[in-house]
Amino acid sequence: MPEEIVGVGVAEYYVTHNPKVLASYGLGSCVAIALYDEAKRIGGLAHIMLPDSRAISRGGRAGRFADTAIRAMVEEMVRLGARRNRITARIAGGAQMFTIPGASNPANVPGPSPGMNIGERNVESTKKTLAELKIPLLGEDTGGNYGRTMFFDVSTGKITITSIRHGTREL
Amino acid sequence: MAEPRELTPLQLDALREVGNIGSGNAAVALSSMVDKKVMLSVPRASLVPLVKVSDLVGGAETPVAGVYLHITGDASGSMLLLLEERSAFELAKLMVSTDPSAPLSTIEQSALQEAGSILAGSYLNALSQMTSLLLRPSVPGFALDMAGAIIDFILIEISQSEDYVLVIETEFDVSAHKIKGHLILFPDLGSLGVILGRLGVSA
Repeated sequence: MPEEIVGVGVAEYYVTHNPKVLASYGLGSCVAIALYDEAKRIGGLAHIMLPDSRAISRGGRAGRFADTAIRAMVEEMVRLGARRNRITARIAGGAQMFTIPGASNPANVPGPSPGMNIGERNVESTKKTLAELKIPLLGEDTGGNYGRTMFFDVSTGKITITSIRHGTREL
Repeated sequence: MAEPRELTPLQLDALREVGNIGSGNAAVALSSMVDKKVMLSVPRASLVPLVKVSDLVGGAETPVAGVYLHITGDASGSMLLLLEERSAFELAKLMVSTDPSAPLSTIEQSALQEAGSILAGSYLNALSQMTSLLLRPSVPGFALDMAGAIIDFILIEISQSEDYVLVIETEFDVSAHKIKGHLILFPDLGSLGVILGRLGVSA
């Protein structure tokens, strides 16, 4: 039984080959991205807040963006012994918590698909980067207008999504 | 890497004063709404790392009611009224007579939205008068959910390339009605220079 829960906060990511449970709490528009090499039991979890690092001049840390967080996690997983072509992904989050004209789609966030709300754009960019890296997306619980928490048990690969308003499910 | 921005003690004092005057005005409005005395904490003004923001209100999974307003005008930012779940029910009950056992109805949600709008309006009015900046609040948005989920959208809006945000936060307490909450102003870091200039504490 894994005993340790590692919280992965906004704009952070965490990669491990130890039997830990990784958790991203209170995801709204942010997206949690879980990558896993099941054969080696190596996993990573990112809690990204923005779709695209290339659109922003002062990038900041890798964990902030879908594209850079996924690439950084893949590299670290490979360093720990994971095989690129065995890595799979599951994702959660990307909700739209508020619908306010002019604010639910922040015009000041540059990058692709500016017409969509930021949650949708985070999900879209996540899927695009996964496709570029040929990482299969095995499950998702995204969109809607409610918050979620993701727990990722690296020892078993089990992913549980909890929410206040829409119950608990496994991915 | 984003360079950490430094605020001098004088600038932080001036921003705390913004919180003082803004929330003081909002407390007057709230007090007349619920007809009871409202206690305020000393405001906090600080640069908070993104991962720590939801700790200010008890953690990312804490169930809260949030009323969010987007601010545009001479300076931009976000204003958030956060109420613990129980407090939201208590406040809604005072504003519209309701069944206390039922979940929040649409009417109660509108009442809370209106409360948020009034408090944010009073806060921003005071801030406008203090700085002669035009600050225009949006219509209020409402969500009853995990605190982290309510806050992350605001972080996205105001911290494009920084690893921290500026938070001006006041706790209020209407003990007669067991209502507790937070009133939080998140100025866009891009607007910070304008605000500090008007407060007479430019870098």
